[in-house]
Amino acid sequence: MAGAKMYDVAFVGELRLIGEIIRLEGDEVTVQVYEDTSGLGVGERIVCTEQPLLLELGPGMLSSIYDGVQRRLPELGEKYGEYISRGTVSDPLDRNREWEFIPLAEVGQVVGPGDALGYVQETEVIRHLIMVPPGQGGRIAEIKSGLMKVTDTVAVTEDGTEFTMIQRWPARVARPVVRKLDPEIPFITGTRILDTFFPVAQGGYSIIPGGFGTGKTVTEQTLAKWARADVVIYVGCGERGNEMTDVLTEFPQLEDTRTGLPLMKRTILVANTSNMPVAAREASIYTGITMAEYYRDMGYDVAMMADSTSRWGEALREVSGRLEEMPGEEGYPAYLATRLADFYERCGRAVCLGSEGRVGSITVVGAVSPPGGDFSEPMTQNSLRISGSFWALDTSLAHRRHFPAISWMKSYSLYLDQIEDWYAENIALDWKQVRDKAMMILQKEDELQEIVQLVGPDALPEFARAVLEVARILREDFLQQFAFSDVDAYCEPKKQYHMLKIIVTYYDLLQEVLVKGVTLKEALAIPFRQRLARMKDIPNEEAPEKLALLETEIQTELRKLIRY
Amino acid sequence: MEQDKFVTVDYRTIHDVAGPLVFVRNVKGVSYGEMVEVISSDGTNKHGQVIEVDRDLAVVQVFGTTHGLDVKESRVRFQGDVIKLGVSTAMLGRVLNGLGEPIDGGGSIFPEKELDVTGAPINPFMRDNPNDFIQTGISAIDGLNTLVRGQKLPIFSGAGLPGNELAAAIVRNAKVITGEDFAIVFGAMGITRREASFFQQSFAETGALDRVVLFLNLAEDPTVERIITPRCALTMAEFLAFEHDMQVLVILTDMTNYCEALREISAAREEVPGRRGYPGYMYTDLASIYERAGRIKGKKGSITQVPILTMPDDDITHPIADLTGYITEGQIVLSRALHRKGIFPPIDVLPCLSRLMNAGIGEGKTREDHRGLADQLYAYYAQGVDLRRLVAIIGEEALSEMDRLYLRFADEFEENFLNQGDQNRDIEETFEIGWNLLALLPSSEIKRIKTEYIQRYFPGEIVSEEVKEETPKAEGVLQARPVEEESVKSKT
Repeated sequence: MAGAKMYDVAFVGELRLIGEIIRLEGDEVTVQVYEDTSGLGVGERIVCTEQPLLLELGPGMLSSIYDGVQRRLPELGEKYGEYISRGTVSDPLDRNREWEFIPLAEVGQVVGPGDALGYVQETEVIRHLIMVPPGQGGRIAEIKSGLMKVTDTVAVTEDGTEFTMIQRWPARVARPVVRKLDPEIPFITGTRILDTFFPVAQGGYSIIPGGFGTGKTVTEQTLAKWARADVVIYVGCGERGNEMTDVLTEFPQLEDTRTGLPLMKRTILVANTSNMPVAAREASIYTGITMAEYYRDMGYDVAMMADSTSRWGEALREVSGRLEEMPGEEGYPAYLATRLADFYERCGRAVCLGSEGRVGSITVVGAVSPPGGDFSEPMTQNSLRISGSFWALDTSLAHRRHFPAISWMKSYSLYLDQIEDWYAENIALDWKQVRDKAMMILQKEDELQEIVQLVGPDALPEFARAVLEVARILREDFLQQFAFSDVDAYCEPKKQYHMLKIIVTYYDLLQEVLVKGVTLKEALAIPFRQRLARMKDIPNEEAPEKLALLETEIQTELRKLIRY
Repeated sequence: MEQDKFVTVDYRTIHDVAGPLVFVRNVKGVSYGEMVEVISSDGTNKHGQVIEVDRDLAVVQVFGTTHGLDVKESRVRFQGDVIKLGVSTAMLGRVLNGLGEPIDGGGSIFPEKELDVTGAPINPFMRDNPNDFIQTGISAIDGLNTLVRGQKLPIFSGAGLPGNELAAAIVRNAKVITGEDFAIVFGAMGITRREASFFQQSFAETGALDRVVLFLNLAEDPTVERIITPRCALTMAEFLAFEHDMQVLVILTDMTNYCEALREISAAREEVPGRRGYPGYMYTDLASIYERAGRIKGKKGSITQVPILTMPDDDITHPIADLTGYITEGQIVLSRALHRKGIFPPIDVLPCLSRLMNAGIGEGKTREDHRGLADQLYAYYAQGVDLRRLVAIIGEEALSEMDRLYLRFADEFEENFLNQGDQNRDIEETFEIGWNLLALLPSSEIKRIKTEYIQRYFPGEIVSEEVKEETPKAEGVLQARPVEEESVKSKT
């Protein structure tokens, strides 16, 4: 095949199965087909489109559900029935839907890449900017307004270039930005252990590795539901069909706490379940990130959940194996680390193209499914090297139904120093101190546990038992959070701070009164335990006030015990 | 391609035979996945499938042994079509071999339809949410890891553990609230004759035999055929569920044998091996089986899968168990320690999970306190099991009063909740046992159940040290409480 280029899309056979050229050797090419190839034989016709895998970007993507190569699943369902048959096609954007285009640019204005020509109100929450695609521009000769389809021309420049509402962009290429910014604003998730102990910054990337049943998917879904992001892209990459259905039925019903509108209005789903073709699974990650970049370019904060990146790695491995490439560790191709880095480096906070200087961000949370829950395997290790926070799921926590089963001993975040200032300004000056102190209590507990294992808790001195007691409160009443609860599923950072503050104060007071001769038994006899346990159920709005009261109460009560 | 379909050419161009694979040269118009007949020089016929085409070379995987095949005389006939299974509702009550041919002497089957056994992935958008509770009559499943219609919930068994008995009990008892009977599709891969007849007998005893389709590939049957058996079973299940509105329960046993077969073929093809010699694509391959469970919008039927696998050396991190766990919606894990204690079913609840449980329980489905009760039982039991470890080191005397209660809870839980022999418990009974167990500890220890439900269902005395949220907003007015007997909790 002369003239074919790497990563060009080709159609194979009578059914026109979509594929990508992944190897060139003399005049021979290797095509990776995105669909099942049963029934293909030697001598079938191949058509090379001489174009890479292009995505269509434009209004109508939100609330949609796509497969890994951007086919709309509802449309496939309508056209071809409940099974995904081969050789099916669907336009990524609805060609018939009309949008109210409101121009922002004027005739005579010179526009460059990223400049807004106008906008359409894509959903109630998202104003979709129609931008000049990267690398184009000119002086506007004509601009329209009113109801239009995505394929209609909305603007024409003097040199005759016509702009529609669709941008076509190769999925495997990062969309350009003016410059990247440092991540310094936290990505608020509403999950206590994440926000308080192991925060990820807006524009950061985080990985959640864990064996099966430890709650990767639930965590990803919780983040997709509650995280403070304008647009959420959820990529179900090689995961369960029923789980995608769960998302599909739940999201349209759930309300966004900030806008009161269904979550689906800000969400795009990319579903390539485990039994759908492997090659399309490999592409689905790129499909997701490209859409994320497109919304970032409009100045939005985008969150992308990838569940799970291991399946993507395995898809790479499968394809590499078929190509008979020399395998690296555990059969993964040697270029695994490079591919991962390429992908993760596409997130970040950035000044976008365009004269307005919009700032947008992409935060990626990638689940990793290590075989046997063993974190030493290549996918986890390679992801770790580039990720900014690491949320390690722990099987033993999951077994005792401590959820989210994120291990506070193994997890870490590299963003703490960068976002500390934000917390000091917006939440409380002593946020970092309180957090560190709580961490210290948990750390101490871990050390004490070893002794307890040997000699039993009763042999410990009182102050050490107080550590155990408070650590238990931390674990049960702060770290545990029920993702399906009405009130507790989303916890405001302010409330998180107050909850933690109380527990830390309680700890300090216990130590204080113990020094002054009060026995631990006396101190614990005041039944604060129950009330601390119920802190979770206080609604976010009332929390600061109620919790402040509780804090003073604890102080007075405990101090009363001191015999002078 | 089309015109080739009707011309069957016999090739005598076998180049070499390696294990179950036959390499045929100079072929034309052969397509991937095509069915093949291999006729050896003595006239015996074997089935096979094309698994690779490279220019004029076709690689055929033969179902059955390649004994007696020679390079010179044997002929290969390509049939121009992928593997299909003739399906019909008349197959209910029949026994078939691993490729779907009747072996019960009951005459041949006139198919209503011929379906491609590979199946096609269900469009995730067209799936319906599985949310109907299935009562299996087993407390550890119903109460703690509820099975719902359309779920795939494997049983992780070990050599010598009663995985099959548990599956048989589920088949015997399973019912949905609407009371419909399940049609059962049973796919056996490489199981022994004894196991097969155990299942047949168990179906016969419960009168289920006329709603069972059995696909039997026994241990002595060709290994490679095992690759097709589960696919035949699921094709049958899809036909019953989505074209005849039946509720289908699919039992696949033993998935470990299936994976071994997969490895055998992969090795014969000289592929780059993944973990422990299993092929790198095993995840995808298993997914293409397990993902064929579920419900479809607008269809009444459903497919619920209960695959059984034997964890080699009871190792849950073994690739077979591991990959299965990543695909299925939970797992039921059997424990050798409980089995030795004589507990049936010996379900080790701690590593068990049902991901779809929340959708199938609660008010209107089971009971409003179900979730809380399950979580609380879990928390107590986990605590008790932890303490056992501690007791082994420091002795029971060193424990506090409360800790001893936890220990007792763990024992009683195994004895009364898990252990049920042949009993078929309805869900109310399971709840009752659960609540009675919770009453071993004071109600103040309950953290995961709403106060309202505790008051409604807790059989013991309710210690009222509950502080309501609406405590009088303390302006220094603090509740004067008697110093209550709250033992110092020092939990691990």
